[in-house]
Amino acid sequence: MRMLNRKLRRDVLGLAGPLAAVALVAASGIALFVTLRSMRGFLAQSQADYYRDYRFADVFVLMKRAPASAARAVARIPGVRVAEPRLVFEAVLDVPGLAEPAVGRFVSIPASGEPLLNVPHVRVGRMPAPGAEREVLISEAFAQANRLGPGDSLSAVLNGRWERVHVVGVAISPEYIYELQGGELFPDNRLFGVIWTPRALLAAATGLESGCNAMALQLEPGAPERDVIEAVDRVLAPYGTLGAYGRAEHVSHKFISDEIEQNRVGAVVMPAILLGVTAFLLNVVLSRLVATQRAQVALLKAFGFTNNEIGLHYLLLALVPVAAGALVGVPVGFRLSQATAALYARFYRFPVSTIRPDWGVALAACGIAAAAALAGAAIAVRAAVRLPPAEGMRPPAPARFEAGVLDRLRVQRLLAPSARIVVRNTARRPLRAVAAVTGIALAFAMLVVSRYAFSAIDRIEEVQFQHVQREDISVTFREAAPRAALNALRRLPGVLDVEPMRVVPVALRHGAVERRTAIFALPATGDLRRIVDQDLRTHRVPANGLLLTTKLADVLGVRPGDSLTVDLREGTRRTVRVPVAAVADEALGANAYADLEYAARITGERQAISGALLAVDPRRESELYLTLKQQPALVGIGIRSAALRGFQRTIAESFQVMIFISVIFSVIIAFGVVYNGARVALSERARELASLRVLGFTKREVTTMVFGEQVLLTLLGMAFGVAAGYALCAVASAAGNTELFRIPLVVPVTSYAYAAAVIAGAFLASALAMRQRIRELDIVECLKTGE
Amino acid sequence: MGPVLFHARGLTKTYHMGDVAVHALQGVDLDLYEGEVVVILGPSGSGKSTLLNILGGLDAPSGGEVHFRDHQLVGAGDAALTRYRREHVGFVFQFYNLLPSLTATENVALVTEIAERPMPPADALHLVGLGERLDHFPSQMSGGEQQRVAIARAIAKRPDVLLCDEPTGALDAETGVVVLQALARANRELGTTLVVITHNATIAQMADRVLRMRDGRIASIETNAARRDPAELEW
Repeated sequence: MRMLNRKLRRDVLGLAGPLAAVALVAASGIALFVTLRSMRGFLAQSQADYYRDYRFADVFVLMKRAPASAARAVARIPGVRVAEPRLVFEAVLDVPGLAEPAVGRFVSIPASGEPLLNVPHVRVGRMPAPGAEREVLISEAFAQANRLGPGDSLSAVLNGRWERVHVVGVAISPEYIYELQGGELFPDNRLFGVIWTPRALLAAATGLESGCNAMALQLEPGAPERDVIEAVDRVLAPYGTLGAYGRAEHVSHKFISDEIEQNRVGAVVMPAILLGVTAFLLNVVLSRLVATQRAQVALLKAFGFTNNEIGLHYLLLALVPVAAGALVGVPVGFRLSQATAALYARFYRFPVSTIRPDWGVALAACGIAAAAALAGAAIAVRAAVRLPPAEGMRPPAPARFEAGVLDRLRVQRLLAPSARIVVRNTARRPLRAVAAVTGIALAFAMLVVSRYAFSAIDRIEEVQFQHVQREDISVTFREAAPRAALNALRRLPGVLDVEPMRVVPVALRHGAVERRTAIFALPATGDLRRIVDQDLRTHRVPANGLLLTTKLADVLGVRPGDSLTVDLREGTRRTVRVPVAAVADEALGANAYADLEYAARITGERQAISGALLAVDPRRESELYLTLKQQPALVGIGIRSAALRGFQRTIAESFQVMIFISVIFSVIIAFGVVYNGARVALSERARELASLRVLGFTKREVTTMVFGEQVLLTLLGMAFGVAAGYALCAVASAAGNTELFRIPLVVPVTSYAYAAAVIAGAFLASALAMRQRIRELDIVECLKTGE
Repeated sequence: MGPVLFHARGLTKTYHMGDVAVHALQGVDLDLYEGEVVVILGPSGSGKSTLLNILGGLDAPSGGEVHFRDHQLVGAGDAALTRYRREHVGFVFQFYNLLPSLTATENVALVTEIAERPMPPADALHLVGLGERLDHFPSQMSGGEQQRVAIARAIAKRPDVLLCDEPTGALDAETGVVVLQALARANRELGTTLVVITHNATIAQMADRVLRMRDGRIASIETNAARRDPAELEW
C-alpha cells in the first residue's frame, strides 16, 4: 500500500486548509475537555487531602454557654472520637488603614498549643507563644486584603471593651476555606476575617473561664452522624444549643462543595457539549470531504482495490487531523489544567496542590474525537464504496427535478437567475443543507453558551445588589434588643432611614427532613430589604406563616398551605407549628422569611429585634463608620458596597478563567466550522461552477452564487442556533442548580449578537479565502477530470 | 482465433435516472476471443460503455449472463468482482482518471502493488513512450501523455484484457495515434485482448473485428481482412 500511503500524504498536503481547520476544531475540543475534566478530580482530591491533613471536624455545634462537664459528656457519646470545646464569637474590629468597621470571628486556641481539630496551617510567622495571650493568628485572605502581617496590631471590641491584639502569624484552615460572616452570601475578605486567639483572652472577655460556647467533634469511622447529632443536642439542650450539624451544613464546606459541584457541571456538562459538538462537526466535515473524492474511490475500485483497502485509506485520512489535533490539544489541555489548578489552589488556599497529567482523560478525549471522525468518514466511505464503480465515475444522477414549494409560489420570479440557482441548490440537496445548517447552528449555540456564565452572574449581581439588598449597611446586635434601639441608630451621623429586622435561628422540620436555618423577619412595610424572585417579581412577607425560597420548600417537601414544625433555637426555645404561606424562587440561598409581628408572635418575644437595616447618606459614610466602630452593642456590620466588591472579586477569580477558555475555544471552533463549510461546498461544486464559467458567467457571478448559498445556509444556521443556544444554556442552568445558588436562565440579546458577530466574522474571513480559490479555478481542468 | 475469453448471452441493463428508465442494453449476445482487437462503434447512448463496464466487472447487468473464461461474472459478489478486476482487467478511460496527487510512476505503481506478476512501472511507461517523464505529476503532462500513463497503468499488471472507453476522445488526431500505437503494442507484445470503444470509425481499421451498436443491441459484426497499424490512420 505504499502508493496509497503516498497518495494519503499528498492528499493531506493538498487538503491542508480544510484538514487544518478540522485539526483546529479537534484540538480545541480535546484541550477544553482535558482542561475542564481534569479540574474535577483535582478539586475533590485537594479538598479531601486538606480535610484529612488538618483534621477538619465532622460535627459542629454552637451554644450560649456550657460548663466543662457538658463538654465531657459530649465526648462520652458513642461514636465520638474527639470532642474539642472551643470559644467562638464575632466582634467588631478596627483595622489599621481601614475606614469601615470590620468584623472578626474569634476562635480559641487551647492553652496546650495546637487545636486537636480544624488545625490552622501557619503560612507566615508562627503560632502564639504559650502564655502570650494577646498574640493571634489571622486568616490569610483577611491579611492579604488588608496588607496585614506579623508585627501588626488590631483592636477589637471584646465584651464591651477595646482590646488590642498582636498578629504573630498568618494561617489558613479547612474550617474557613470560605470566610463568611454570619448571614452573608459572599466572602468579603477586607471586612471579615478569622482570628485565632489564645483561649485565655477570649475566656476573660466572655466570662467563660472553664466552659465553652462551641464544640467541634470528630467521629469514629462509620459512626452514624445523625444519631450523634441527636445525642449532642440532648446533652446540650440545657445550655442554649443552636443545634449540632454535620459537614453538610457547614457553611464553608457547603460553599466549596457546591462550587466543586458547579465545577462538575463545568467539567462534565460543558466538555460533553463541546466535545459532542466537535464530534458532530468532525463527522460532517470529513464525510463531505470524502464525498468529494467519490470519483477516486470508484477508480480505485475499478483497479481492483478492495472495499476494506479503500475504507482504511480514507479512515486514515480522517485520523490525520484528529491525530494532529490531539498532538496539539492534549499538551495545551495539560498546560491549561495546570494553570487553572494553580489558580484554584490560590483561590481556595489549599496548603498543597499538585495536579498530574491525567492520561485517562486525555485518552478519552482523543478516543471520542477519533471515533467521531471515523464515524463521519465511515458514512461517506461506505456510501462511496457501495456504489458500483461505473456509477461512481459518472457524475451523480441528476436530482429529481420538480417544482419546489418556492417555484409553485412563484417567489422565484422575483429573484435574479443566480439567486434562483442558489435557492434551488439549497432546496434540492436537503441533506447537505441540513448538515451545513446544523454545523453552523451548533457553533452558534456554543458561542452563546460560552458566554452564558457571564450573563448569569450579571443577573445574580443585579438581583442581589439592586433589588434584594437595598440597604447600605446592616447591623447585628450582640443580643436581641427592644425596638427602641432603632432610635439610637437613627440619631447616628448620616443615617437617613432605619428598618428593624429579626433573625431567629431555627430548625425547620417536615416529615423526616430537617434543615437548620434562620427565619429572617422583616417589617411588612419595609423597603430596604426585599424578597425578589428570578423574574424580578417582588414578594411581600406574609402576615401569617412563612415565605420560603422555592429551593428550601423543595428540600423540605412542602408547598404553600402545608405546615412546618419550627424548633426555635434561642429565647423561649419552644417548638411551634407554622403554615407555609408562600414561596419565592430566589436565585441565592435557601431562606425562610416572616413578618416581624408574626415572628414576635411565634417567639413570644414582643418587640425584640436582632439588628437593623440602614440607608445612609454617602457623603457622611466615613463619619458613620467611625461611630459604628465605637458601638459595643454591635457584633456584626454588613456594608453593601463592600459585599458587592466581594462578590465581583470572588466570581471574577473563580469563574473568569474558565469562561475565557470556553470563549476562546468556541470562537476557534466556529471559525473552523464556517471555513470548512465554505471550502467543502466549493470543492463539491467545482465542476458545476466551471461549467457555469464555460457558459459565460463571470467570476463575479459565480462567486456570488457560491457565497449566496453559504449566506443562506449561514443565516438559517444562525436562526436555529438561537434556539440551540438557549437550549444549551437551559441545560447548563439546570445542571448548576444547588441549594445555595440557582443559576438563572438569562440569555441576553447581546449573547446572540456576539455569536452572530463571530460567525459573520468567520464567514467573511472564509469568503476572502474562497474568493481567491474561485479566481484560481481552472475551468478546463475541472471539466476534464470531474474532480 | 484463440479460445473464447468472454461469452455473453441475453445481456440487458436498465438504469433509473430520476424518474426515467433508460434501457441501456436490450439483449446482447457476444463472444470475444483471446488476443484479438475489437473496436465497438456506435452513437452516444447506444450502450457501448454499459457493455464495457459489465465486461470489466464495474457494473452488473439487469439480466443475462457473462462468462470470463470459466468464471460466471453475473451474480459474483463484490469481493469476487474486485479480485477479477485486480487479476485480469486493465481499464483506460476517456478522461485518464489519474490520481492527481501521484506522479506518473506512482500512478502505475499504485496498481502494480496489488497485482500478482506485474512489470516494473518504469518498463510499462517505456512501453508507452514515456520513459522521460517518470516523475511528472499529471498536472505537468499533456492530455496525450496523461492518457499514455493511464495505458501504462492498465498494462503494467499484464492483464488478460484491456478495456478502453474512448481512449482518444479527448485528444487531437496526432496525439490519438500515439495513444493507439501504445495500445496496439500492448496487444502485439503482451498478447492482451484489446477492446476499444469509440465514436471514430477510422479507428475501426486497427481492429480484427468491428462491432456496431445501436439502441442497446449489436447491430452488426464485421471482420477486417487485415488490421492496420495506427500510424497509418488519419482523421
